[in-house]
Amino acid sequence: MLALAPINVLDELLLKFFSQDTINYVIWPLVQIGIVVSLVAFWVAYATYLERKISAFMQARLGPMRVGPWGLLQPIADGLKLLVKEDFIPEKADRWIFFFAPYIAVASAFIVFSVVPFGPDWAVIADVNIGLLLVLAVSSVGVLALILAGWSSNSKYALLGGLRSSAQMVSYEVAMGLSLIGGLMFARTLSLSGIVIAQASDSIWFIVYQPVGFFLFLISGIAENNRAPFDLPEAESELVAGFHTEYSGMRWSLFFMAEYAAMVVVSAVAATLYLGGWYFPFVHRLEEAGYHDLYVIVSLLVFLIKASAILYFYFWLRWTLPRFRYDQLMDIGWKWLIPSALINIALTAIAIFAVQALNGWRGIVTLQAMDRGLNLSATGKIIMFAFGLIGLVITGLLLSRINWRSRDFNLKTQRRNIRLVNLPKGKPAVPAS
Amino acid sequence: MHQVEIATTQETLLDSPEMVLNMGPQHPSTHGVLRVVLKLDGETVIDLDCDIGYLHRGMEKIAENRMYTMIAPYWDRLDYIAAVSNGLVWVETVEQMMGLSVPPRAHYLRTILTELNRIASHLLWLATHALDIGAVTVLLWALREREEILKIFERQFGARLTCHAWRVGGMTNDAYDDFDKDCRQFTKNFPNRLDEYETVLSENRIWLSRTVGIGVISGPEAIAIGLSGPALRGSGVAWDIRKSRPYAAYADIDFDVPLGENGDTYDRYLVRIAEMRQSQRIIDQALDKLPDGPVVAKLPKIVKPPVGDYYHSIEGPKGEIGCYLVSDGSAQPYRVRVRPPSFVNLQALKQMCIGHLVADVVAIIGTLDIVLGEIDR
Repeated sequence: MLALAPINVLDELLLKFFSQDTINYVIWPLVQIGIVVSLVAFWVAYATYLERKISAFMQARLGPMRVGPWGLLQPIADGLKLLVKEDFIPEKADRWIFFFAPYIAVASAFIVFSVVPFGPDWAVIADVNIGLLLVLAVSSVGVLALILAGWSSNSKYALLGGLRSSAQMVSYEVAMGLSLIGGLMFARTLSLSGIVIAQASDSIWFIVYQPVGFFLFLISGIAENNRAPFDLPEAESELVAGFHTEYSGMRWSLFFMAEYAAMVVVSAVAATLYLGGWYFPFVHRLEEAGYHDLYVIVSLLVFLIKASAILYFYFWLRWTLPRFRYDQLMDIGWKWLIPSALINIALTAIAIFAVQALNGWRGIVTLQAMDRGLNLSATGKIIMFAFGLIGLVITGLLLSRINWRSRDFNLKTQRRNIRLVNLPKGKPAVPAS
Repeated sequence: MHQVEIATTQETLLDSPEMVLNMGPQHPSTHGVLRVVLKLDGETVIDLDCDIGYLHRGMEKIAENRMYTMIAPYWDRLDYIAAVSNGLVWVETVEQMMGLSVPPRAHYLRTILTELNRIASHLLWLATHALDIGAVTVLLWALREREEILKIFERQFGARLTCHAWRVGGMTNDAYDDFDKDCRQFTKNFPNRLDEYETVLSENRIWLSRTVGIGVISGPEAIAIGLSGPALRGSGVAWDIRKSRPYAAYADIDFDVPLGENGDTYDRYLVRIAEMRQSQRIIDQALDKLPDGPVVAKLPKIVKPPVGDYYHSIEGPKGEIGCYLVSDGSAQPYRVRVRPPSFVNLQALKQMCIGHLVADVVAIIGTLDIVLGEIDR
């Protein structure tokens, strides 16, 4: 268990009241869960603050400045305001479904954090061997909340928002799942900690092998979270507020929290799978020098920074791009993302096969071991990286061939410029003296 | 409030795949209090009806009970985004009925200020249009530029939005001391800022896919409906009242008229952007040529136009603002009729929208650039 001195003291204290098993399997997990939930809640709250600040800087404004220094207490003030606001339920709404939908949203977003490896050793609550499947399964329950909220509100805008979100999330779930397979072929495990260890033991981030997979995962993750430019279910200019049009007060803010928590989840999974999770070069020397807990904490910070960088990418996109239309969104999902995910799987399989086949041919050593993921030698890594780059080109070519006839493909050539005409002047209505 | 036809069809949700969606009057992107009743098949619009009148104030009737000089401030409230142009059409109509000759300095100042107002109006259009399509950042950038113009207006007129600028026969005040400096400062910075907006939108794939081929209206159709302003020029019809019947000082000024080709939302967007650049050119020229002298003509104590009727129109930011005036020789008009460009342009909404999706309805309302104060009067 934890090796920090005060915690040891606490451990001995607890032993007076509970058995060792109770402490190991009940008390410490509860403490861990408490820490993680509060950490995530803090992260989510300050993600809203950061989003407001970042958008403000992009738009030549200051953003929140009044509550606390630089507006740092703004999330707390917002939370308090939303807590005391009236929680209004429309008369003709389906009361119970309306009541429970936000909880489903929040629960499905927060449960995923149980398997996310924040760091090595004690910084992960549960290391289950189906980690990634659990992430996909639980986060796709979130769509149920949106459909139920849209349906139970008994409002046409909410209904349209719910319909859009269900179609969108179901389509992008496919692309998201398929885009992960490439990375899994290298890791050879579904456990999220296992994926990180596979990258750490190989001293590489999977983004190097899987550039296509990384971008596909990011894009489908944005769509999965209903963020701009795919924020159709809540497109405020068309559907007022989409599925949460009728929600107010705390229930509305639960949806809001769920959205941000889901964003953090996707950032965390992307960081784990493609950016090496908590692994960073040279950090393990702390472990070798004997500072185990320092090593865990630094790794945890590394993970948080990586996930936050992806989160920043989200904010950046949101405040830069206009919104897609519903049919265009479906086009992108089915005609671009899913084909490219399939192409990526095929190319990755070919690449791995080729690297394995090359091992030993004319004295080339590409493979070191197969115990923790696919451990490649330096030559193997270079070959795999080259395959990744070739994969980018091949995917681009195939995609453009698939979508050659689509209307949106050649927009720039379709449009023509306006012309400036110097019209002849008519007789002045007013004699300009 | 007239009964909207679509809403009365006797269909339940289960009998047909169609859904009647009430968009507005309280809706974030109907630009005020426009109510659009949409009949949807899935998300495709199959029928549509507009319901207006939520902002009706009886401007034309009020005008019948006021003296000619007292009506002018009311006119600023027609299209509150372009108050300067609206005020101008009233005073010019009265001046022409009376055959007054306005001092040249007043003509030039009118040109500069209406062009500033055109830029302000187009910037607000750009801001809201981009917001409707989802590009939020452009909103704040465009409003930042508009703020510069509003600062000039505030110093010149004492008001930012409904600035009352004109008197029959000239202007209330001469330009303030730093007017020339402020305007030149603005026209110096403005082209770079416009380039900035264009980098975000003009070549943006999402922006293109949301606007190219959306809300197409051909030139003859546009003329048949009576569209005017950028909405007409976007369809390639060369018509600009500043050129065909020059008013104020436009006869002395050299500028181009941008014309679109396809008549879609993207062309109208480009036309308006190009119009802003031309406005900046006009302001620069007018500032160079600005003559000295008085800014108001000698007027009789009571303005009493001769018996008769008169129609005068100017090229407002949204299209042809016309004013039809019947005088019975007294100090109050017998009948006043405004031709608001937004009202006429809104007629095209149905034709443009049918067959498109709900998201496009929002884009098309944005591209028509309507102001409800002007539609409902």
